Amino acid sequence: MDFLRPASWEEALAAKAEHPTAVPIAGGTDVMVEINFDHRRPEYLLDLNRIGELSEWEVGQESVRLGASVPYSSIMEHLRAELPGLALASHTVASPQIRNRGGVGGNLGTASPAGDAHPALLAADCEVEAESVRGTRLIPIDAFYTGVKRNALEPDELIRAVHIRKADGPQQYSKVGTRNAMVIAVCAFGIALHPETRTVRTGIGSAAPTPVRAKAAEDFLNAALEEGGFWENGKIITPAIAKQFAALASGACNPIDDVRGTAKYRRHAVGIMARRTLGWTWEQYRGAGRTLEGAA
Amino acid sequence: MTTPPKAQTVPAGTPTKITQGSPTKGGIGESTLRPDGTLKVTGEFAYSSDMWHEDMLWGQTLRSTVAHAEIVSIDTSEALATSGVYAVMTYDDLPAEMKNYGLEIQDTPVLAHGKVRHHGEPVAIVAADHPETARRAAAKIKIEYRELPLITDEASATAPDAVLVHEGRDDHHIGHVPHPNIVHRQPIIRGDADEAAKRADVIVTGDYTFGMQDQAFLGPESGLAVPSEDGGVELYVATQWLHSDLGQIAPVLGLPEEKVRMTLSGVGGAFGGREDISMQIHACLLALRTGKPVKIVYNRFESFFGHVHRHPAKLHYEHGATKDGKLTHMKCRIVLDGGAYASASPAVVGNASSLSVGPYVVEDVDIEAIALYTNNPPCGAMRGFGAVQACFAYEAQMDKLAAKLDMDPVEFRQLNAMEQGTLLPTGQSCDSPAPVAELLRLVKSRPLPPEQQWLAAGSEGTSVDVRALPGGLSNTTHGEGVVRGVGYAVGLKNVGFSEGFDDYSTARVRMEVINGEPVATVHTAMAEVGQGGVTVHAQIARTELGVNQVTIHPADTRVGSAGSTSASRQTYVTGGAVKNSCEAVREKVLELGRTKFGTYHPAWATAELLLEGGKVVTDGGEVLADLADVLEDEAIDIELEWRHRPTEAFDLRTGQGNGHVQYSFAAHRAVVEVDTELGLVKVIELACAQDVGKALNPLSVLGQIQGGTLQGMGVAVMEEIIVDPKTAKVRNPSFTDYLLPTILDTPTIPVDVLELADENAPYGLRGIGEAPTLSSTPAVLAAIRNATGLELNRTPVRPEHLTGA
Repeated sequence: MDFLRPASWEEALAAKAEHPTAVPIAGGTDVMVEINFDHRRPEYLLDLNRIGELSEWEVGQESVRLGASVPYSSIMEHLRAELPGLALASHTVASPQIRNRGGVGGNLGTASPAGDAHPALLAADCEVEAESVRGTRLIPIDAFYTGVKRNALEPDELIRAVHIRKADGPQQYSKVGTRNAMVIAVCAFGIALHPETRTVRTGIGSAAPTPVRAKAAEDFLNAALEEGGFWENGKIITPAIAKQFAALASGACNPIDDVRGTAKYRRHAVGIMARRTLGWTWEQYRGAGRTLEGAA
Repeated sequence: MTTPPKAQTVPAGTPTKITQGSPTKGGIGESTLRPDGTLKVTGEFAYSSDMWHEDMLWGQTLRSTVAHAEIVSIDTSEALATSGVYAVMTYDDLPAEMKNYGLEIQDTPVLAHGKVRHHGEPVAIVAADHPETARRAAAKIKIEYRELPLITDEASATAPDAVLVHEGRDDHHIGHVPHPNIVHRQPIIRGDADEAAKRADVIVTGDYTFGMQDQAFLGPESGLAVPSEDGGVELYVATQWLHSDLGQIAPVLGLPEEKVRMTLSGVGGAFGGREDISMQIHACLLALRTGKPVKIVYNRFESFFGHVHRHPAKLHYEHGATKDGKLTHMKCRIVLDGGAYASASPAVVGNASSLSVGPYVVEDVDIEAIALYTNNPPCGAMRGFGAVQACFAYEAQMDKLAAKLDMDPVEFRQLNAMEQGTLLPTGQSCDSPAPVAELLRLVKSRPLPPEQQWLAAGSEGTSVDVRALPGGLSNTTHGEGVVRGVGYAVGLKNVGFSEGFDDYSTARVRMEVINGEPVATVHTAMAEVGQGGVTVHAQIARTELGVNQVTIHPADTRVGSAGSTSASRQTYVTGGAVKNSCEAVREKVLELGRTKFGTYHPAWATAELLLEGGKVVTDGGEVLADLADVLEDEAIDIELEWRHRPTEAFDLRTGQGNGHVQYSFAAHRAVVEVDTELGLVKVIELACAQDVGKALNPLSVLGQIQGGTLQGMGVAVMEEIIVDPKTAKVRNPSFTDYLLPTILDTPTIPVDVLELADENAPYGLRGIGEAPTLSSTPAVLAAIRNATGLELNRTPVRPEHLTGA
């Protein structure tokens, strides 16, 4: 195995172009596990740790440009206001040690349905900045996940950053695991209210071959909120609407039975999380007092 | 050799509680600090996996990928041809007539012989100059398997045409088992359960399932074997019982025991999982074959295959009671899955049957326990050892009975609680304190933790502290669906090896003057696996010999056996041996003193003499001489074996017999919050009360009780090795999917300690390590049942069991 250590982003792109099978490694919290278990033995490892800009972020007017290697602990600490959903998701990632190393670029690169960041990214809405020696492109998150642990990157592309839409309303994130901390997701759910566009977006993790949005649930809710004038009148969402939203979110799952949980349970739990997180975000939108952001 | 274990000088520490009026600091009853504590916390402690030797090779084990198969062929040629590989060994390369090992029944092949019986069974071993080379070479060994039908449960094991897991059994259990796929069967019949059932106003039955728990010690199996010039081998290893290993290792190496010299290296936890041989023989074989030191370290994945687990069990129980709440009878049948090899299964059967009634008075019982041979992973010793599975079931029964009688579950238990003098189902009388009712009273009388602590924790009511809620940091509820439940349980565990086993220990104690100070050296073969034995040995030596300085010699096989660090026995038995040897040394010291100074003071002849604070004193406190003057340059050095009261085997048909040494009791109250919609559980508090006889080191006692409590909680809500019933393969051999409680899952564990002396034990002490592991699990289950109203006949509880989804 050859270990490539580019000193700059340009060198990294050149190396990836020359060795398209090279596996990029930053925090190593995913890649090293795979290598240690001998699940993969890449010909080349492309170490991105010398490229400082990958660990930086910029807060713009509309969005946050989050470097691919910004560790989860930084997101929790510095970007809670701009990216509340992702900050909550970051808090559920593994242990403090792992959160100091791992970043969103790794989650996207691996594209495991169990990656903790995905539901929050889907709900917030973002674009992945992919680059190669051929140029830069922004891949909408909805088009990014293409299959089980597959994504839309070309072999010569690297993830440089993620452009995440800044929160214009409350966001929430829930994850079910069979332990109260440091647990891989049995399933997860992210929700973001977007009052500016009067839309709600969602994301589901670990309950389908890829991270997915609960599109039908969003469409139903968006229509119901519009029809009832909820965005303006700030009334409590009726239980019937919440129930239908939960049922549709549940229906968006296409889960499997595995050692971590049953498909049936995953559908059930996603429905519960959808109903609860909708309640929390809507309460916050109504300005009913509590921030309900949890302890993150 | 860079890291031979060093002798440890045990600091006297700060006394926190003195229950013995000794002026010698750091004696028994004080919370002296562990010599290994700071090193472990700061990461400086040398574990067995840290050892290194110049020019050493690395060993690697190739394990079966299928659970039950004939081995058609093994081709090692490509592995042997790999550069850097020094040896590849299979069954055909074993040097001695003896090719099997085992704790009681030698049914386990050192390397598979023509057949594999479980997933992960060792088939070949490789030594190479780099661990990665060894691993890759092992992967090049080609094994052709012809799969055999799987035996996975009682039905498949005892079917008329069942394939035998072990053909041609000739062990001493084969004569009394109903089928060769049953390792051992122990019935216990006392009174007439059928007749007594007629007196019952209520009868409850239940079928219970206990999942396979792993010891999950943090330091994986590892050791270093160094060939010696006399053709023998030095083995440095993390184990629970050096001499038991020795007796299994030497015969398969074809060496006399004196040519296999073993030294304990740093042990990272055990909990029963190091009672069996893991890498010991393989490392010695490779070292002797190559003439080079060989180190083997399992990774976590391999560790799940490298040691036995807790027996999963199916238990059927029937209890009856009268209207006024008195138990009439109990019938039970306990089926333990021993997996492919016997390991400790026979003894686990003995415990499960003899302790199946729990700490209750039931005169009419009909009990049967068996352990199966199957193609599942081998199971053996784990903290609680057969008593854990039974306690889970009989405590569920107690709650069912109380509910049916509309009685308080604690009062119902107290009404039927055993006490000193109670006859157990084996006919053995409990002849020391048995404060079962009092332990229950203690946990019940504690105030309950405040409700809705997730609200109280937030500042100005603006935030919810999700850490106090089920789901924790995963942020699944802010109080929705959360219901509190409270549950109680109490358990009964034996201490020490039972059923007539010669359960002795050996201690060598030396006393001499170094730099003008009297110093005691304690040398035993006791495996310090984290239980704090080295701390306690130093305390005993200080108390008995009146010295401040005690050196603990590294544990090795140059001294006699200390028995196993298991069965809650080590402080009792090796502690007893240290005390006994110290007493013999003290007699010698006094003899020497009388010879030298007897004529100077009449008290030498007439008074009761003690050693305190480095001096010989009378029981009235008068100082007669300095120990330094008594000893001068003479060293007193005594090695003695020590035994507790003998026990008897259980009768094979009736189960009658004085089979146990001592009993140990603990009670728990569990308070849980359950998210009833998502099926997630947060254990808020696990209050424990335990009788310890005498707390030799109160801080260590607390650590044992809290640790045991947490290990019991683990198997209530998350810990389980999942074996695919279709393939008998382990599905979750990693800490990603075998979940252990984190600190956020750990409840507060307030502890009440009783010290009711057992007159038969050294200092009146009671073995403590296991009892809290018993009652913790059923208390948590009872609390979850209380919160949800569900029956929950299986542990661990998973979210889908609570949601029905």
